[in-house]
Amino acid sequence: MRLIAENLGGERGGELLFSGLHFAVSSGEALMVTGPNGSGKSTLLRIIAGLLVQAEGMLRLEGAPAAFEGLAAAAHYLGHLNAMKPVLSVDENLHFWQSFNGRGQYSIAEALEHVSLGEIGHLPFGYLSTGQKRRVSIARLLVSERPVWLLDEPTAGLDKASETQFTGLMRGHLTSGGIIVAATHLPLGLEGSKELALGAAS
Amino acid sequence: MGALFLRDVRLGLRAGGGALVGILFFLAVIAVVPFGVGPDLKLLARIGAAMLWIGALLATLLGLDRLFQADRDDGSLDLLIMASDRHMLALTILVKCLAHWIVSVLPLVIASPLLGLFMNMEAAAIGATALTLLVGTPAITLIGAVGAAVAVSLPRGGLLVSVIILPLTIPVLIFGVSASYGAVEDPAPFLAPFLILAAITLFFAVLGPIAAAAALRSSAD
Repeated sequence: MRLIAENLGGERGGELLFSGLHFAVSSGEALMVTGPNGSGKSTLLRIIAGLLVQAEGMLRLEGAPAAFEGLAAAAHYLGHLNAMKPVLSVDENLHFWQSFNGRGQYSIAEALEHVSLGEIGHLPFGYLSTGQKRRVSIARLLVSERPVWLLDEPTAGLDKASETQFTGLMRGHLTSGGIIVAATHLPLGLEGSKELALGAAS
Repeated sequence: MGALFLRDVRLGLRAGGGALVGILFFLAVIAVVPFGVGPDLKLLARIGAAMLWIGALLATLLGLDRLFQADRDDGSLDLLIMASDRHMLALTILVKCLAHWIVSVLPLVIASPLLGLFMNMEAAAIGATALTLLVGTPAITLIGAVGAAVAVSLPRGGLLVSVIILPLTIPVLIFGVSASYGAVEDPAPFLAPFLILAAITLFFAVLGPIAAAAALRSSAD
C-alpha cells in the first residue's frame, strides 16, 4: 500500500499555501509534516482526507485493501476537534462511531483500556478534561479499522505518559502495515519516520 | 445508519437538545391568537386550520439551523462527509432529517389536536389538520435541510436559514391548509390537495438530501 502525492498544491481562501509537493509513504511508514504556523499543515491533511480540494497535482492510494476504496474511505482523520458529543457518555460516543465507521480490531472497552481510560466510559464526554477528551478521540481510531491515519496535532493537551502511550499505539499501527501522516510541532517519538517540511507562509 | 438515527434522537431528547423549544413556541402562538382575534367563535373556527399550520410552520423553522451546525462545531461533520463512500451522504442527511423530525416536529403534530380545541375547531377539522401536518411537515424539514446546509458555516445563520427556505415552504402551507379546509367545507375537495401535499413531501425527500449533500461538500473548509 502506498500513499503518493505528485506536484500537490493547496490553497486556503484563494492564497496558495504550498505547491509542488512530492511524497510517497508506504505501508509501515510515518510521514511527519512540520512547519511554522500557517504553512499549510492542516490544509494538507484535510486535502488528503478529501475535505478540501487540492489546487493542483495528484493524490492517490495504491494497493489499498479491497474493503477501503478511495483515500477518504481508507483514512481516519483526527483533527483539532474531537468529534464527540458532550452530552453523550464516552461509551455512547464511541459506540456510535464504531457502528457508523465499521467494527475494528478492538472493542470499546479495550480501546479505552489502551488510552488508560477504562474506568470512565459511563461519564458524559463533556465532563472530561482536555487531555482525557483527546484520549477518547484517539480511542476512536482504535474502534474502527482504517489503514491510513491522518493526525493533526494529535498530542495537543496530552501529558507525558499519554504521549508515550500514544507513540506505542502509532508503532502498533505501523507494524500492522498502516500509514501515518501527522502534522506536528513536537517530535512524536517514532524512529525512522520521514519528514516533510512546509515552508513559511510568506 | 441506525446508530446515527439513535444518536441524533438521543441528542435531541437530552438536556439542551432544544426539542421543547418548538412545541413551547407553537403553544405560545396558538394560545395568543384567541386573545388577539377576540371572542368570535365562528371566526376562530374558520381560521383555526390556517393558524395551526402557520404556527407549526414557524415552530418547525426554529430549530432547523442547528441541524448540521452542531455537528460542524465539534468536528463530527467532517467525519460524516469522509464516510460518504460507505454511507451515501444524501442518505446520512435523510436519516438526520428523520431523527430531527421525530424529536422536534412530531410533538407539534401530536399537540395540534389539543391546540385545535383552543381555536374552537370541529372534530373533523382537527383530525384533518393533524393529518395534513403529519404528511406535510416532513417536507418543511427536508427543505430546511438545504437551507441549513447552505448556511452551515455562518455563526448566526438561524434567521437566514428561515428566510432562505420560507418561500419554498409556501406550497406546503397552501396545500396543507386547503386540504384541511376541504375536509369540512363542502364544495372544496380534500383528496386532491392532500395528495399534492404528499407528493411535495416525497419530492423533497429525494431532492432535499441530494441538494444538502452538495452544499455540505462545497462548504467544507
